[in-house]
Amino acid sequence: MEYKVKSSTKRITLGLVLLGVLAVVYGILTHIPGQRIWANVLVNSYFFLGISVIGTLWMAIQYVAEAGWSSGLKRVPEAMAQFIPFAGIMLILVVIGGHPSLHWHHIYHWMDPALTDPTSDHFDEIIAGKSAYLNFPFFLARILAYVGVWFAFTLFFRKASLAEDAAGGLTYYKKSLGLGAVFLIFYAVTSSTSAWDITMSIDTHWFSTLFGWYNFATFWVSGIAMMAMITVYLKRSGYMQHINEEHLHDLGKFMFAFTIFWAYLWFSQFMLIWYANIPEEVTYFMDRWENYAVPFGALPVVAFIIPFLLLMDRDAKRSMNMLTMAGVVIVFGHWLDVFVMVMPGALKDEWGFGPLELGMFLGFLGAFLFVTHSALSRASLVAKNHPFLDEAAHHHV
Amino acid sequence: MASHEAAIREPLILNDKTYHQISEDIARPIEGAANRSWWILFTIAVMAMLWGVGCILYTIGVGIGTWGLNKTVEWAWDITNFVWWVGIGHAGTLISAVLLLFRQKWRMAINRSAEAMTIFAVICAALFPGIHMGRIWMAYWVLPLPNQFGSLWVNFNSPLLWDVFAIGTYFSVSLVFWYIGLIPDFATIRDRAVTAGKPIREAIYGIMSFGWSGNARAWHRFEEISLVLAGIATPLVLSVHTIVSMDFATSVIPGWHTTIFPPYFVAGAIFSGFAMVQTLMLVMRKVVSMESYITINHVELMNKVIILTGSIVGIAYITELFVAWYSGVEYEQYAFLNRATGPYWWAYWAMMSCNVITPQIFWIRKVRRSIWLTFIISIFVNIGMWFERFVIIVTSLHRDYLPSSWSMFYPTWVDIGIFIGTLGIFGTFFLLYARTFPVLPIAEVKSILKSSGSQFKKDHH
Repeated sequence: MEYKVKSSTKRITLGLVLLGVLAVVYGILTHIPGQRIWANVLVNSYFFLGISVIGTLWMAIQYVAEAGWSSGLKRVPEAMAQFIPFAGIMLILVVIGGHPSLHWHHIYHWMDPALTDPTSDHFDEIIAGKSAYLNFPFFLARILAYVGVWFAFTLFFRKASLAEDAAGGLTYYKKSLGLGAVFLIFYAVTSSTSAWDITMSIDTHWFSTLFGWYNFATFWVSGIAMMAMITVYLKRSGYMQHINEEHLHDLGKFMFAFTIFWAYLWFSQFMLIWYANIPEEVTYFMDRWENYAVPFGALPVVAFIIPFLLLMDRDAKRSMNMLTMAGVVIVFGHWLDVFVMVMPGALKDEWGFGPLELGMFLGFLGAFLFVTHSALSRASLVAKNHPFLDEAAHHHV
Repeated sequence: MASHEAAIREPLILNDKTYHQISEDIARPIEGAANRSWWILFTIAVMAMLWGVGCILYTIGVGIGTWGLNKTVEWAWDITNFVWWVGIGHAGTLISAVLLLFRQKWRMAINRSAEAMTIFAVICAALFPGIHMGRIWMAYWVLPLPNQFGSLWVNFNSPLLWDVFAIGTYFSVSLVFWYIGLIPDFATIRDRAVTAGKPIREAIYGIMSFGWSGNARAWHRFEEISLVLAGIATPLVLSVHTIVSMDFATSVIPGWHTTIFPPYFVAGAIFSGFAMVQTLMLVMRKVVSMESYITINHVELMNKVIILTGSIVGIAYITELFVAWYSGVEYEQYAFLNRATGPYWWAYWAMMSCNVITPQIFWIRKVRRSIWLTFIISIFVNIGMWFERFVIIVTSLHRDYLPSSWSMFYPTWVDIGIFIGTLGIFGTFFLLYARTFPVLPIAEVKSILKSSGSQFKKDHH
């Protein structure tokens, strides 16, 4: 089954990219500080990198768990992961731009050499204590490794998958299973370390052991929601007719369950820090409470309560409309989540939410959808020799 | 009905069983007489239990001064054992509820016994906070009951109270879930007793099966309630150990207060629960001849869960260690340095090697499919997870803020006796269960015969 991207889809997604570029131009012309523009690049590149990697993680988990039902829609996560290098490059630009010699922005406050220089007036003992981990060369090397290795695995999976389409047999299936296991190990470590690096280090003094898993939950649920929405779109456009209500129901269950899981981690982190009330830790939430009350307060509603209520009913999980509606709320809710992670450390109380923020989000979204759809059009929409395809075709919940 | 199960999936029922053979195989341990090895194990378990009961009575009579606790280490073996047993009690509901929602057919070989294990483990766990109160006859004070004692009322801000609710709910839902699943199987035993002409057995299992008729409406309701209970039980799998972790994490004690505790405790609990299921199943499949149902494939699948949860626990250890350094907080740094190199270094390294290193051997397929190595590693994990709780609890407490209060903990014979006693209680209950309850869900196993039975795999492919 070949997929041809509709010209209207191309126009809309590229239009969104253009909107993003215009938002940046608007930002520059209206003298919005560069710091805020860069902070938006960081929010969006981290968010879309996170959900693209979920494409690869999803495949790895399906292989390792020997899941059959999802084999019919596997090309969707495979295509989503093709966005990794695009988001990755934007992220790397943010990191490089933070270097003191360029100083396009100072989101990563700890990159300032004065903080780790004992003779300086600005010497910060705590940050100096972290400099074995938080120093520019090591930091950049880690970011390059995350993006590079995640994408390398994506390509390995893609290659094996396309070869399986052509040749059949179990060789490529077994190869993908092994790849999946290795990827899981790598991702298990790097999903946490990347969260410490990319977002936790912005609030350099602050630390929380749960932070890495909490970031993972954010991306996992929004990645699955994105996957479900793309699947629904393809089905609505007349493709992927082998995907029926039963498969949608399972995707809906994943969205529902991991919405709760995210809320569980959000609450665990917040409650334990609030309860113990230790100054070093509680400042993180004090900042958000005082200066970001609206997005911070909206977060549990948008990312948890609304999707929870929308997806609670069995029929809702089987309805294309409801999945799309809940999916939009989930994706936006978790984008807001990343916004609340990044902005307070980067902009303090000088933040805003206007055409710049909205436009850049839509710009990245457009780029993500454009890349995903063109990746979908470059291969059959069904991994036709997948050994579990027959199981997936006869799937009953 | 033709099955569409993929050809590459291994069969879950071996040796070409028929429906009748399944009933025969599962009913045999109940209808036949116990063999000698059962009696030997039972005698040992009852003796351990009696010793434990003696130690408990001694504690209640004399007070918890009989334990090795002191002013600095005011929680030690009791709470370690409590958390260890609650953790073991996790696999049952995970297998019955979460694996049910994930449609894992292999769970049917082990869910009945894992749920039984859960019930017995939670009973053993609940014993410890009970006797730690000192005056166990006032145990009902943990409940928010109207009373005439003036301002005496439970403290809703305390995670210890949340624990009362969490464990109480978990125990009741697990018990109901387990029992409802048993009803049709008890009816099978009852009906077989009618045919065999055994009136006493017929009467007992008749009462236990609540007069199950087996008509279509009964089955329909049975399946509905199973799904509803699975839905209720799934959040409970997470909540119980989350609340247990909060007993520690809400404090401000270095080594206890860390935000990763809730999900990490849950993963650790599932890890230890599966290890205990593995230990018990490997013995049971032999003793009651269930090799056709608890196959090497099942053993391997459980080992995969062990390696997954063991690795999650390993990542949590390393995260805690890294963040303690990264935080720059000297108390945090000391707490972890002291764990690894202080006077309890041996407990820390026992935990690390048993929980993080040993399960990694399961990456080798041969090891995953070896009965003996699996058995040995599962014992290692059981030991490692006990030490994990000991390390968290005792090493965090024994170095108080004031060096003049620094202290060590040494268990007394009463501490040890009660722990061995709970092993005895657990063993006694489990052995009695294995002789009187159908250890596999008869009806459910039959439902997968045509998709996953060995002869049907051969016929179709």
